[in-house]
Amino acid sequence: MTAVVTAHGVTKRFGDVTALDDVSFALAEHTIYGLLGRNGAGKTTLMQILTGQAFASSGNVSVFDAPPVENPAVLSKVCFVRESQRYPHVYTVRHVFHTARRLFANWDDTFAHGLAADFQLPAGRLVRRLSRGMLSALGVTVGLAARAPLTFFDEPYLGLDPAARQLFYDRLLADYAAHPRTVVLSTHLIDEVSDLVERVLLIDRGRLLLDEDADDLRGRAVAATGRAEAVDGFAAGRTELHRERLSGLVRSTILDGLGPHAKALAQALNVELEPLSLQQLVVRLTVPPTTTAPADREAAR
Amino acid sequence: MDDDRPIFLQIAELIENSIIDGSLVEEAQVPSTNELAAFHRINPATAAKGVNQLVSEGTLYKRRGIGMFVAGGARARLRERRRERFTEQYVEPLLAEARKLGIGHDELMKMIDSFGAVVGRDLG
Repeated sequence: MTAVVTAHGVTKRFGDVTALDDVSFALAEHTIYGLLGRNGAGKTTLMQILTGQAFASSGNVSVFDAPPVENPAVLSKVCFVRESQRYPHVYTVRHVFHTARRLFANWDDTFAHGLAADFQLPAGRLVRRLSRGMLSALGVTVGLAARAPLTFFDEPYLGLDPAARQLFYDRLLADYAAHPRTVVLSTHLIDEVSDLVERVLLIDRGRLLLDEDADDLRGRAVAATGRAEAVDGFAAGRTELHRERLSGLVRSTILDGLGPHAKALAQALNVELEPLSLQQLVVRLTVPPTTTAPADREAAR
Repeated sequence: MDDDRPIFLQIAELIENSIIDGSLVEEAQVPSTNELAAFHRINPATAAKGVNQLVSEGTLYKRRGIGMFVAGGARARLRERRRERFTEQYVEPLLAEARKLGIGHDELMKMIDSFGAVVGRDLG
């Protein structure tokens, strides 16, 4: 694998808050990454450090084999589409494209105008007069048409309706196929992107929890449902992430340890196995266990 | 793509199904990785992994610079392999559910026969 980004022991502190805690990973060229995690997990801070907009408190970051901070040679290959990008007051959509053309070596003006038409973005409209959804469409358009070798999309689609998001995914896949590059997509709409991303980075409270192939994460965890003693028998010796109860029925979310024997065992115990989607897995891995689940409260009454 | 198995396996199986049902004949060109990725809305690398698995198993072969093609004899080999898995995949779960519901051997056979009579033409 050719790494376009390497991060070693990256830590970022804001006063006594640790936003990133000893994070190490590499990003390969020609790969689409999903950068996942809850709000405040450290995703945006990480992207700011990788794009030279913030310093790490400690640790090393290398982007295209060089430190990114104030390094025009590196930054000309990097595009960072932010959730709330600010533009000069007098800018129209066309001005934004004009600026992007000078910033990005691979900028494709025809593609940009095609995307703008697809998203129904009026080229002459002042950016500050765009609706929330149109502003997101503009960000997505710039991010795609820049064709930067390393492109970050940070929650790019606030206000975009499902049809516009689908358009973004389809254009991203098609253009990525024709012009492979490294894309980092930070999003909460995990179910929508789980088939799109090749690899998943999951950050939780500043720590890197997962760095794995998205396909390997499919079916990595299951929900096992059945009578309590049967589920206990099945869950024994496995990692349980979560447990719910409904009268005599128990649903246990179990990580790893599956495989052919597990299926036979579940069948013998009359336990139903249901694979967890990537989104459900992320939820289970990043939600701290609640002290009182509704079912428990019910039982205590 | 929505069951628990890795997507690349599902892609491989979709192509196998097309070969088995004859919609992809031997020596026919299979869709490119990018076409598969766009159609199924999946990552091209994942689609490529599925196709490459079929290449390594000898179901497909690569013509440099042109694309992937169905290998000679692929259909017969795939049918043979599917038949070997038929018991485990279809008969075992059927019997397990029948046991659970208290459906006995004779009743089960009668169900299969009467359903078979309905779709008999298709089964040949």
